[in-house]
Order: sequence, then structure tokens, then C-alpha cells
Amino acid sequence: MLKIQNLKASIEGEAILKGVNLDIKAGETHAIMGPNGSGKSTLAKVLAGEPQYKVTEGQIFYEVNFKDRDLLSMDVSERAKEGIFMAFQYPVEVPGLNNMEFLKSAFHSVCRHQGISAMENKDFEKWIIQKIRKLEMNEEFLKRDLNDGFSGGEKKQNEILQMTILSPRLAILDETDSGLDIDSMQKMAKGINQLRSKDKSLILITHYHRLLKLVRPDFVHVIVDGQIKQSSDFSLAKKIEAEGYDWVSKDIH
Amino acid sequence: MPAKNYKYGFVSDIPSESLPKGLNETVIESISAKNKEPSWALDLRIKAYRHWRTMKEPQWAKLKYPPINYQDIRYYSTPVQKKKLSSMDEVDPKLLETFEKLGIPLSEQKRLAGVAVDAVFDSVSIVTTHQDTLEKHGVIFCSISEALQNHSDLVKKYLCSVVPYKDNFFASLNTAVWTDGSFCFIPKGVHCPLDLSTYFRINQEETGQFERTLLIAEEDSFVNYLEGCTAPIRDNNQLHAAVVELIALDRAEIKYSTVQNWYSGNEKGQGGIYNFVTKRGHCRGDYSKISWTQVEAGSAITWKYPSCILKGDHSEGRFYSVALTHDKMQADTGTKMIHLGKNTKSLILSKGISSNQSVNAYRGQVRMNPSAKGARNYSQCDSMLVGDEAKAKTLPVIEVQNTTAVVEHEASTSRLSEEQLFYLQSKGLSAEEAVSLIVNGFCKEVFKQLPLEFSVEAVKLIEMKLENSIG
Repeated sequence: MLKIQNLKASIEGEAILKGVNLDIKAGETHAIMGPNGSGKSTLAKVLAGEPQYKVTEGQIFYEVNFKDRDLLSMDVSERAKEGIFMAFQYPVEVPGLNNMEFLKSAFHSVCRHQGISAMENKDFEKWIIQKIRKLEMNEEFLKRDLNDGFSGGEKKQNEILQMTILSPRLAILDETDSGLDIDSMQKMAKGINQLRSKDKSLILITHYHRLLKLVRPDFVHVIVDGQIKQSSDFSLAKKIEAEGYDWVSKDIH
Repeated sequence: MPAKNYKYGFVSDIPSESLPKGLNETVIESISAKNKEPSWALDLRIKAYRHWRTMKEPQWAKLKYPPINYQDIRYYSTPVQKKKLSSMDEVDPKLLETFEKLGIPLSEQKRLAGVAVDAVFDSVSIVTTHQDTLEKHGVIFCSISEALQNHSDLVKKYLCSVVPYKDNFFASLNTAVWTDGSFCFIPKGVHCPLDLSTYFRINQEETGQFERTLLIAEEDSFVNYLEGCTAPIRDNNQLHAAVVELIALDRAEIKYSTVQNWYSGNEKGQGGIYNFVTKRGHCRGDYSKISWTQVEAGSAITWKYPSCILKGDHSEGRFYSVALTHDKMQADTGTKMIHLGKNTKSLILSKGISSNQSVNAYRGQVRMNPSAKGARNYSQCDSMLVGDEAKAKTLPVIEVQNTTAVVEHEASTSRLSEEQLFYLQSKGLSAEEAVSLIVNGFCKEVFKQLPLEFSVEAVKLIEMKLENSIG
């Protein structure tokens, strides 16, 4: 579904990614771990198309209708409409924009692009309330303005709600578990697990083993200094939990 | 927004009859003669002119523009046609075509069903639709020059009773040289069966537009009034100095809405209308209500403060405003709520959006006089900045002269940021959808006040204007 080849990217002239290679197939869940500043979030942002990050080398192929497309040539909105979703590490506040209106617009925009006929407003509202109950979230969420005055935890919940509604083929969660208490984390994990299926892929960017215990990844990668230095299965996450990252760099030498 | 995005920027090729440029008592006499005015009207004009000559252009808004040469302006220009039209068939088809292009069809077959329209082209009113229906209800809606001929006493009683001829520099100028405008009179107990609307179009070059609107709602009456304005794209600036006076008697209600889309100049700040307007409503009767709703999206300079004098006990004034500036536009707009009567109420809701290098200021005054026992005001002024170079200012003045009055004021400034745009786009919205959602969300409380068709137009207008402001 996604092939990243020798990806190099920088922000304001500073190189962050220094040759990332990653192959993700449909139905797979990949966890990406790594110390602060190693390039985890940059990778997520480059995939979503954040304009401040410049790709200096390499390629990314994203499969759309059984064909590989050059992801870097697709604009931000098109990527989203083709099923890529990034849950933000720091979701942005948009005062004045009602959360329900936003969800409706985003959902319709994605449906229109994929040629799916949109639901009537009433049906959509009913459907969204079912979803929100399933996620054990408060319906009041929908009445508020998008992330405006939300607590950190509420913002992250809102990202999961959006992900549930938009049902992306490739979801990237950028440290969505950071700053959550254990109950919220469990709720969130439930939401993520509901989304997993054989044709959907997931990238979990995280510092913590505890999320991965709840959403078990197929692969775990460790990024250090802009490159993937280790790749393995869930056992790698356990090792990092026990020993930290120091050994990863040393192991290379 | 580059000039090319202004779809009303065309010029109509219609022969016109104009007075030579310049301002003196002879010009004023000619205007008065052309309008066949009673002598009291000319006397008023001359008094205003003589007073105006002693006045100085106000500088307190600190707007930046080269000095206006009042002798270099044409004060009267009218399309050549027989003055009084008995039917629509006599109107120059090119004029009808112009208004149709502006979305204001006037002919019998096409005219808007629920709205009576007074179409003003340069200095004169061309035609007023739906006269028959209005007459049945005793509503007078005509050009003010016609009203001076046919309802002279009524006009004399109310003209300058809200905005005196000495009021301010631009109001005095207008009182001296106004050429036409609309007159509305809603008699006692009548709920006006149609919305009334005036559409102002500037076409001629180097012509100023000085229109005068007078609206009287007698006891227990109601009227919804809409106003729209556009002008062609021209490189030089044009002056528009209007005066609008509203009078509401006991329990009468006037809702006055404006969508102002004068040409605003190009991205370098060349051309555009200088819009210096005095709008004031007088809640003269007890329990009367006046509300101003404005969408200010055009003009190189806007200097405009639609106000309410709340004289009647329990009377109520409201001001809802969206002001959008882009490129080098300067808007200085707001309101005054002067509370005189007991238990009077006022509400101010102002939304300013500034992009590019524009400057957008809210300037407001709320005054609670000693007589305004139990009066209340609530004001909310929100500004949104688009990009790094635009400026927003909020300049409220609150004067409370009695202890029973309650005044509340809230203000906020936010920024439409790259982060917000990226966030919304990354969830599947296009850049245009993202901007429009943010801005409409910001303005929705004001848009809600507009009649439906106007509200749809206003939303489209703001979206179109902002499209080019976002990178």
C-alpha cells in the first residue's frame, strides 16, 4: 500500500530524515519508535503533506486503485480524500467552526471524491451519534467548536472520532497516546482496534510500549537520527521498554 | 483581490447628461432645479453648503489617502432619458441590462417577487418596482426627488431631523449636493407587505455619488429594508458620501441591511471608492426597534458608523457587522448607541476580517445618559487576521452617566493560520472549503440576521474575496 524509498526531508534547511525505507502492506500495523528528535513526527508530517517540510530526495508510492501513485505529487487534501489520515500530535483549534459541521464537510468531501453518494444530514447525524457512543465519548463534543478550548485528552479523542468517521485506508497516529491517562488510552485503543481490517493499514508513532500492548503491531521500527535502525516484531518494543534506545545506535557500530 | 476578481467591474455605455466638475452655489441650484425641488429644499442645501465651507475634513480615523479635491468631482450625472417614466418600457434597455447583470432584474416579467426595488444609477433613481402593491397598503416607496415633489411636507418634517445639516463634514456635503436616493414611509399599523430595497450603481467616471435615504416607520409598523452597491473598476478614486436617516415611532420596527461591495481598488491600492457615510436611526417612539446589519466587503476606504439614538423608553438598537478588508483597503467602521430613554437596550456584534496589508478598525461608542435608567448594552467585537501583514484594531468608548445602566463589552482577536488550513486540508477539505468554513463560522451570527437571499450572496461574496488572499 505504501512504499517509502530513501526518503530525505528537511525543515528550514535542517536535514531531519536521512534516508528512510519502509514498506507497508494492506492490513498491516507498523509501530515507529525512537528517541525525541529522531524524525518520527517528521515522517508522519511528510506523509500528510505538511508544507513546511521539504523532501530533498527519495520517493513515496501510495497505492490507489491497484496502481502506485507518486504521493509527493498529490496535494494535502487529495491525499486525505484518497484515504490517508493523520491524527495530529497537537490538534489545531478552529474557533467558530462547529465540530459537527466540520465532520460533515470532511466526510462529504471524502465521499464525493471517492464517488460514494453522501448521506442525508439527518442520517449522518444519527450515524455519527452511534459512532460517538461506541467510542464512549460525550455527545456534547459535536456541539462545540473544533478543538476550541478542548483539553489535551479531548483533542486526541476528537482525532480518533474523525478517524472513525473518515475510515481511512492508511491511518497515521502521531503520538496520539502521549499525555493520556490509562482509561483514555484504553478507550482510544478500542477505537483504533475497531478500525483495523485486512485492507486497512496503520502507522503508530509512539514512545510507549503500553499502547502497543493494547494495539498489537505486526512490525516495530526504531528510528534514530533520521534512519530506521532496527525493525522486528513486537519483541522489539518490549526490549526498548526494558533497555531504552542507547543500544540501538551502538548495535550498528 | 486583484481587480479581475470583481465581477461587477464593468462599465455601461450609456449616454449621460452631467454638470461640469466643481462645486459652488450655482451647481447646487442646478441640482435643485433638475430635481424640481420646492424652495425650502434649496434653502437647506445652501445653508448646508455655507456651513460645510467652514468645516474641515475629519482626521481622527487616521485613514491614509491623498487629499480629496472637491472641485475636481462631478456632482451630477444622469443617463439621458425622459425624466418621469410612466412604465418600464420607457427605460433604456441598456440600463435594464446593467441592473440585470448585477443580479437585479427590474422588468415586470423578471423582477424579484418579494422585494420592491428602487434602482439608483449614478445620480438618479431610474425606476421603482412593485409600486402598485405598495400603494394598496399606503406605503410610499419612491425616489427622494419624487417624494420632494409629491410629499413635500412629509419630507420637510423628517429630513435632517436625525442627521442635522451641521452634523459632520461629509453629512453637510451630502445635504448640500445630494442628488437622489430612496424615500420610504410606512404608515401606522402597516406591516410592509414586501421587503424594500435600493440598489446603488456608480457608472460615470469622476462622478461622486451623494445619495440620501429617508425611512419613516409610523406607530406599530414594520419594514425590512435592503441596500446593495457596486461600481465599475477604475484607476482613479471616486467619492461616495451618503446619508441615511431612519425614524421609528412608537412600537415600530425597522430592519436595515446593507451589502456594500463598491469597487475596492486593485492589489496595489490604485482606484476604488472612498465611502464616507453617515447612517443613523432614531428610535423616537417607546418600544421602537431599529437594527442595522451590514456586510462591508468593498471600497478602498470605509468610514461608516450606523448608529441608534434610543430616545423612546424601552426602545432597542442593534448593530450586526461583518467587515472584510484585503489588499490595501482601509475600513473604519462601527456604531454609536446613545441611550436616552428608560430601559433602552442595545446590542453590538462586530466581526472584522483583515487580510493582506489591509487595516480594519472597529470604532464604537456606547453612551448611557443620566435619563437612561435601567438601560443595558452588550457588545462583542471579534477580529480575525489572515496572514502576517494585516492589521485589526478595536476602539470602543463607553460612557456611563447613571448607576442603573449595565454595559458589557467583549473583544477577541484570532488568526486564520497556515496551521489551521493544513489541519483542515489534511482531513479532506480543499483550501477554499477550509477558508470558507472558518470564515463563515466566524461570521455566522451576523449572516443569520440577513434575509436568506442576501445571506447566501454575502457568504459567496466573502468567499470569493478571500480566495486570493490565501497563499
